[in-house]
Amino acid sequence: MNNIIFERFKNYWFIYPFILLWIIKPFLPEWGVVPPKSCLGGCGTIEGMIPFVQWVNNLIDILRNYEIFGFFTFREFTRSIANLIDIPLDFTEALLYKGFNTIPLGPMPWVMILGLVIILGLYLRGVNLAILGGACVMYLAIFSLRGIWTLSMKTLAAIAVSVPLAVIIGILLGILGAKFKIAERLLNPLLNILQSLPHFSYLILVAIFCGVGAKAGVIATVIFAFPPMTRLTILGLKELSSEIIEAGRMNGCNKWQMLFKVELPGARSSLMLGINQVIMQCLAMVVIASFIGQPGLGHDLLARLQNLRLGQAFEIGVAVVFIAITLDRYSQALVLKEPKRKIEGVFWKRNPYLFSALIIVVFSIILSLLTAAAIQLPKEYTISISGYLDWGIKFITTSLFVPLGIFRDFLLVYFFMPTKAMFQSMPWVAVIVLVGCAGWKLGKFKLAMTVMFFIFLIAASGYWVRAMITLYMVSVAMIISVGFGVPVAIWASRKKSTTKLILNICDTFQTFPSFIYLLPAVMLFQISDVSAIFAIVVYASIPITRYTIFGLRNVPSQIIEAAKMSGCSESQILWKVRMPLAFPEILLGINQTLMFALFMVMIAGFIGTVDLSQEIFRALSFNDGGKGLVIGLCVSLIGLTADRLLVEWSNIKKKEFGLIK
Amino acid sequence: MPKNSKAISCKNVWKLYGSNPSKYLASKNFNPTIKDLKESQYIPAVFNASIDVYEGEILVIMGLSGSGKSSLVRCMTRLIEPTSGEIYFEGSDLLKATDKELIEIRRHKMGMVFQNFALMPHRNVLDNIAFPLEVQGISREKREKRALEIIDLVGLQGRSKYYPRELSGGQQQRVGLARSLAVEPNIWFLDEPFSALDPLIRKEMQNEFIRLQNLLNKTIVFITHDFDEAIRLADRIAIMYEGKIVQIGSAEELITNPSNDYVAEFTKDIPRAKLLSVGSIMKTTKKLKESTLKVNKSDKISSVAPKIISSNSVATVVDDNGDVCGELTKDQIIEILFSDKENHE
Repeated sequence: MNNIIFERFKNYWFIYPFILLWIIKPFLPEWGVVPPKSCLGGCGTIEGMIPFVQWVNNLIDILRNYEIFGFFTFREFTRSIANLIDIPLDFTEALLYKGFNTIPLGPMPWVMILGLVIILGLYLRGVNLAILGGACVMYLAIFSLRGIWTLSMKTLAAIAVSVPLAVIIGILLGILGAKFKIAERLLNPLLNILQSLPHFSYLILVAIFCGVGAKAGVIATVIFAFPPMTRLTILGLKELSSEIIEAGRMNGCNKWQMLFKVELPGARSSLMLGINQVIMQCLAMVVIASFIGQPGLGHDLLARLQNLRLGQAFEIGVAVVFIAITLDRYSQALVLKEPKRKIEGVFWKRNPYLFSALIIVVFSIILSLLTAAAIQLPKEYTISISGYLDWGIKFITTSLFVPLGIFRDFLLVYFFMPTKAMFQSMPWVAVIVLVGCAGWKLGKFKLAMTVMFFIFLIAASGYWVRAMITLYMVSVAMIISVGFGVPVAIWASRKKSTTKLILNICDTFQTFPSFIYLLPAVMLFQISDVSAIFAIVVYASIPITRYTIFGLRNVPSQIIEAAKMSGCSESQILWKVRMPLAFPEILLGINQTLMFALFMVMIAGFIGTVDLSQEIFRALSFNDGGKGLVIGLCVSLIGLTADRLLVEWSNIKKKEFGLIK
Repeated sequence: MPKNSKAISCKNVWKLYGSNPSKYLASKNFNPTIKDLKESQYIPAVFNASIDVYEGEILVIMGLSGSGKSSLVRCMTRLIEPTSGEIYFEGSDLLKATDKELIEIRRHKMGMVFQNFALMPHRNVLDNIAFPLEVQGISREKREKRALEIIDLVGLQGRSKYYPRELSGGQQQRVGLARSLAVEPNIWFLDEPFSALDPLIRKEMQNEFIRLQNLLNKTIVFITHDFDEAIRLADRIAIMYEGKIVQIGSAEELITNPSNDYVAEFTKDIPRAKLLSVGSIMKTTKKLKESTLKVNKSDKISSVAPKIISSNSVATVVDDNGDVCGELTKDQIIEILFSDKENHE
C-alpha cells in the first residue's frame, strides 16, 4: 500500500522543485523573484533584461527611414503595394454601395442581392439554406434605420477583397509547403506565431507600414486569415491517396498537370474547408480591423460599445452574427457540394440556377429604373428596436443589479483576488523550473529546453508581471470553462440528438465574431475582471465541449460492448472506459481552450483589464510598434509553451492506447 | 513456355530503405546478405530481383503483403526509383530515361490499374477515362470518341456521365481498366486490381479480364496475393518472399517442383487434380504393358480420373505422337484426389 502511494508521489515529481522554490521565496535573491528591469505598475517603453522593444523599434526606424532599396525605403515599398489593394476595393465598393463614377451604373439594388443570395442558397443546398440567406438580407434591409445596410455593404466590400486575396496567398504558400520540405520548415513556425499572435500587436505594424483606412484593414485581415488556408492546403495535398498520385504519374502528367488536374482537384474538400475558415477569420477581423480605420459594421459597433449605447451595439452585433452564420453555412454547403450529373438540353435546362440568376439581374435592374425602393429599402419601411433594447437592458441591469453585484463581488473577493495574488507571488525562477520539469517528464531534454527558453524570453522582455496577470485570467477562465464544458459534453454525448444539438450550438457560437462576447459581459457585470473572465469563459468553453464530445463518442463501440458484457453500469462505463480513452482528446481540447482564452483575453483588454492586453492597447494608441509586437510575442509564447506540453502529453497517451504509432 | 521477345527485363534490381542506401549497396559490392541488411538497419523492399516479361504473356507476381511485389512493379514503372539495377524496356534502360522521356513512355506505352481504383473523384466516368488522352493534349472531340469506345468495351454503356461515387466497386474498377487501356499501352500493369472487391464480383471481373485479354492480347504484369486468381490467369507465376523472387514458373511447376519450403507451403492447399497433368505423376517403368485405356500426357488429372477409377485397370500414357511414355494407376489418382496435407510436406 505504501508503495502505491509512493509511486503516485513519484509520478508528480516535476511539481516538487517548483513548490520548494515557492516556499523558500523569502530566501531567494531579489532577481530570482521578479525578473530584473521589469515593468511593475503602468509602464511606458521599458528595457527588460534584453531590450527587445528597443531592437524592434530600431529595426522599424531603419525600415521606415532609410532607403535600403537604393531609391526608396521599405515603407514606401509596402505602402505602394498597399495602394494596389485600392484597385479591387474600389470595384467592390462601387458594386455594393458607392456606384460607379465612370459609367452610369449604381450599386447593386437590394432586391438583386436578395434574389441572388436566395438562388445561391438553393443551388448550394436547398430551401433551408436559401431561407437563412434571405432572412439575413431582409434583416440588414429592414433594421436599417441607422444605416446598417450601408455599413454591411462596406464590410462586405472589404471581405469580398480580403477573402480571395487570403485564399490565393494561402494556397500558393500551401503548395510551396507541400512541395518543398524547406518551405514547410520555414512556414510552420511562421504560421504558429501568426496564429497565436494577438491581432492588436501586428495591427500597429500594419498601420506603420501600410497606413490606415479600408486598404490597411484588408491587409490586416489577410494576414490574419491566410494561415488556416495554407495549413489546409498542405494537409489536403499531403493526404491525397498515393494511388491517385501514381495514377496521375502513370498517365503521363507533367508537374503542372499533376498540380492542376490531379492534386488540387483531389484536395478539393480540404481547400473548400480552407475557404470556409478564411471567411470566418475575415469576419472575426471585422471589428478588430476597425481599429486601424476599416469602415463598416465593426467601426460602428466599436463606437457604440465605447459610448455604452448597448441597444444600438446589439443591433449591429446581430447583423454581424447574421452575416457570419450565413456566410459560414453557405461556405460549408460549398464544402459538401459534390459534382452532379448534367442534364442534357437547352441552356436553361442545363443551367437552371445560372439562368434564374440572370433573370433576377435583368428584372431587378428594370425594377430599380422604375422605383428607387428597389435600390435601397426606403427609410419609412426600416425600423430600429434599439430604444426598446436599451430599455430592456436597463430593466435587467437595474433589477439584477443587486444580486449580480453580490455575485460579482463574491467571485472577486473569494476566488479571483486570491488566485491573482497566488499567481503574482510565484517567483519567476520557480515557474521556469516547473515548465522545465514538465517538459523533461514529457519530452526529455529537447522539450524542456524549448519551453524553458520560451518562458525565459517572456521574463527577459520585461513584461513578466503583466504576463502573470494574463496567465491568472486565462487560468481562472480555463478552470471554469473546463468545469462547465466537460459535464455538458458528458451529458450531450449520451444521445445522438443531444450531441447534435450541442455541437450545433458550438458551431453557431464559434461563428460569432469575438467582440460580440463583450456585449453581454459588459451588460451584466459592468467593467471588471469578472466581465472579462465571463467573456473568455463563454468563448473558451466551445473547444473543450467539442473535443470532449468527440473523444467520448469516438471510443470504439466494441470496447463499449465489451465493458457492457463485463457488467459495467452506465456510470462505470463512463468513468472506467469512456473518460480514460477520451483523455488524449480532452487534453487537446484544453489546449484549444487555452488558445481561445488567450485570444479573448487580449480583446477583453478593450474593456479594461490590467494585464498584457492593456499594454497592447496603450502601444496601439501610442503607435509603439516594437512594444506591441514584443507583448504580442509574449502572449504567443505563453500559448506555444502550453501547446508544446499539452500536445506532447496527448500524443504520449494516444501512443499508450495504441491510437497512433 | 513463351518464347517471344522480352517486353521488359529486370536485372539485379534492388530497392532498399534506409539512409543513403545506394552508397551502402556499393560498399557491399551489390551483394549484401539479409543479415548484413538487418544489422545495418536497411529494409529490403526488392532484393536483387531479375525477371523477364515476354511479349503477350500474363506474368503474375505473387506474394503476401510486404513481400515486395508492389515495390517491384513500381520499380518497373519507375513510380519509385530502384536503388540499383537495370530495367530494359524496348531496348533501353528505363532507369536512365529522363523525366521527359519517362512521361512520353507512360503516355503511350504503359497502362496501370490500381487496387483501390484511384479514380479522380471530381471527374465523371467519361472524363476519367479520357484523362490520359487529355494530358497528352488530344482534342476533346477525339478523346471523348475514344473514351466512349472503351466504355463500350468494358461494358459501362450509359454510365459515361456518372461520378465514381455513384458506381459500385466492380463498376469503378471497370473504369480503372478502361482508363489504363485508353492509350492502347504495350504493357499493362495491374496492381491487385480485384483485391478490394468481394468474392463474387471478383470472379466476374476475372472473367471480364480474361475476355478483354482474348480481345487485346497485351503483355501483362499482374499482382495478386490470391493463388487461385494467379492460377486462373497466369501464364507464368513469380513468387516473392521478403523482397526476393523465390521461384518463377507455371502453376504446375510450382506445385510439382517447389524450390523451397515457402513455395511448398504456399501451394499446398491448391486442388492438384485440376492443375497437374498426367505427365507429371506418371510412372515411367521400363517394361510398359499397353493397356486398352489410353490417356494423353498433357491431360489434367481431373479430366481422366473418372475413366481410370471406373475401369479398374492401369492406364497407358501416350504423348502427342501416340508413343507410349508411361503408365498411371488408380492408386496414384486416388492419392492426388484425396491427398491430405501431411503427404506433401
